[in-house]
Amino acid sequence: MAQDVKLTMDGTLLNWLKNAGDAVKSGEIIAEVEADKATVEVEAPADGVLVKLLAEVGDELTEGTVIAQIGAAGEASAPAAAPEPPAEAAEEPAPAEEKPTATASASVTEDGRIKASPLARNIAREKGIDLAQVQGTGPDGRIVKADVESFTPAAAPAPEEAPAVAEKAPAPAPALSGRQTYGKLPSGDDVEIIDASKMRRAIAENTVLSKQMVPHFYVTAEIDMDALMALRSQLNASLEQEGIKITVNDLIVKAVALTLRKFPNLNTHYYGDKLVRHKRVNVGIAVALPNNGLINVVSPDADRTALSAMAVHHKAMFDRAREGKIRPEDIRGATFTVSNLGAYDVEHFSAIINPPEAGILAVGSARKVPVVKPDGSLGVGTRMKATISVDHRVSDGAEGAQFMQHFRSLLENPMKLLV
Amino acid sequence: MAAKNLPMRDALRRALMEEMERDENVFVMGQEVGVWQGTHRVTQGFLEKFGERRVRDTPISEMAIAGAAVGAAMAGLRPVAEMMTINFAFLALDAMINHAAKIHYMFNGQFKVPAVFRAASGWGNQATATHSHTPEVIWAHFPGMYVATPATAGDAYGMLKTAIRNDNPILFSESIGLYPRPGQVPDDPDYMLPIGKADVKREGKHVTLVTYARGLEWCTAAAKELEKDGVQCEIVDMRWLRPLDTATVFESFKKTNRAVIVEESLPFYSFGSEIAAQIQEHCFDYMDAPVKRVSALDVPVPYSHDLELMCFPNAQKVVEAVKSIL
Repeated sequence: MAQDVKLTMDGTLLNWLKNAGDAVKSGEIIAEVEADKATVEVEAPADGVLVKLLAEVGDELTEGTVIAQIGAAGEASAPAAAPEPPAEAAEEPAPAEEKPTATASASVTEDGRIKASPLARNIAREKGIDLAQVQGTGPDGRIVKADVESFTPAAAPAPEEAPAVAEKAPAPAPALSGRQTYGKLPSGDDVEIIDASKMRRAIAENTVLSKQMVPHFYVTAEIDMDALMALRSQLNASLEQEGIKITVNDLIVKAVALTLRKFPNLNTHYYGDKLVRHKRVNVGIAVALPNNGLINVVSPDADRTALSAMAVHHKAMFDRAREGKIRPEDIRGATFTVSNLGAYDVEHFSAIINPPEAGILAVGSARKVPVVKPDGSLGVGTRMKATISVDHRVSDGAEGAQFMQHFRSLLENPMKLLV
Repeated sequence: MAAKNLPMRDALRRALMEEMERDENVFVMGQEVGVWQGTHRVTQGFLEKFGERRVRDTPISEMAIAGAAVGAAMAGLRPVAEMMTINFAFLALDAMINHAAKIHYMFNGQFKVPAVFRAASGWGNQATATHSHTPEVIWAHFPGMYVATPATAGDAYGMLKTAIRNDNPILFSESIGLYPRPGQVPDDPDYMLPIGKADVKREGKHVTLVTYARGLEWCTAAAKELEKDGVQCEIVDMRWLRPLDTATVFESFKKTNRAVIVEESLPFYSFGSEIAAQIQEHCFDYMDAPVKRVSALDVPVPYSHDLELMCFPNAQKVVEAVKSIL
């Protein structure tokens, strides 16, 4: 029996890297999908032969869609069926590539009816499943038996489970997407009209949603970086043999994670009359992409991960992001985000929160500046400014200030990051 | 049970011959059944073996053949009347429907009409619009008439014996395309297949193919093709269009939740319409997809051989229908 290749995210099929009939190994990349946040590679879940491609390039697919099937080796090259009677044998040969039979699409018709088979409705009724929550994989997106049988409600909280973070904030206000909002589209020789990429549109929607719904407040602190820079040089000297290089950003992520451990309220997501406090500290890191775009990769359990391991993982993830080869697990489950523009020589800035997270830390450059030393004399020091944006529904100014105070003390006494 | 591999026409001949040997009330009549030994060679050697009294060549009048068969059956004989082809049997509809199928009821059971009307059915030799019919459902429409539509040589053997020994009038349809098809035929002169009982010819769990007669060939080829994609088809061969064994269809459908009905005949008011209606009526909560039909095209059959082929179902059309509902 063939094994299904299922999507683990919504997205548009960009490219098939394998053809029907090709042999594939488990883990081999067979397709690329443009998800909201990145181009994601789809791996073969098993060894075998790609017996069937069920989606076409350009198809908009939803999470859970079966895009291909992998059969046992030899399955696809099995000998032809028993001889047909002559009258039929003379007919046109079967087409080499089969028409896709199950491209998923919305299960809701234009007039709002949910398309589901009577059997699927019956099972949903017995199990108490709301069909509006189920994605149909039958012809024309119809919800069929298999869809309701494999359906697991998303509502139940699963605290210890890997990324238990909702992808989107609850009950979002209608997003201001669609250019009709801005009047007639300009035309003529003086302008070039460019289609907004899927990522651009996603960023637009998320930031509008955030700025409309999340009441931001900001707290900025200036941090003395001399000790941290010195420690970093020491660490990298000792790790040189292993080829590991710890960046300032790695140290900042570590400091944020440890601070979040102390201020769990800022590792909490707002869901109306409920607050979801995350037990894991997964720090999102905003990464600028070469072709104008942005992606938040995730450093899982950053509070508990050794700096050296974290450095290796971060580097590999950033490389994947910049090459457009991000994996689904690279971008899932952030509980708080760090946005670091330090590489661009900026003094400081403030960032927009990624809903439903409670905060984001905007980090400027570490710069040589004139400072007043403890003894009152003037001198030169290395200072960095960082600004936290906080969701006021979750936390208040004083806590934001305390967060920054603790964060600063960790960076200024960086041995604390190691113990 | 010991068995021989015989073409369907030989299986029919053997069944008929054994029944005539067993019961002297059984006799055959029809155009060219005697001297010419049968247009389809089913009655080959019969005239020599049984003589003119029991192997009767008739005038070219289907109404006369059917009418005489009804009278003979009412009088206690067991006629097996050959219609040469089912296309010509339309001429005999009054005798078959208004008389054969109704007499038992109209005379309050005083008379029985144990007549078998054999008729070759089908298309395939550019016989064009008037001589390419597969209209068995017309007979199946009427209470009082039974309709047999065997798909294999072995079934044809067992079903013809059952039909001859049954006391009801029976249209026994023989698909022209199946006459030369070989199959296992049991060495048992009393091999009788129950009247109105379907047969699951192949077991599967993903989709039920409901068919009869020549449709079985297309379904079997399609099932083998689909198996390569991991799709397991269950094939229900109805064998009889009346009585219709819907229980077997429902049982299979409740397992697979999907059905494709494959019929050699036309789609309007058809076998497929009936099965589809019965499935939705009795299995509504088990339906996981619409019921699909693969039928002949709703047109007069054209003379051109290529166009003729396009008019009828084949394995590829069945494969496509199955894929469209998976």
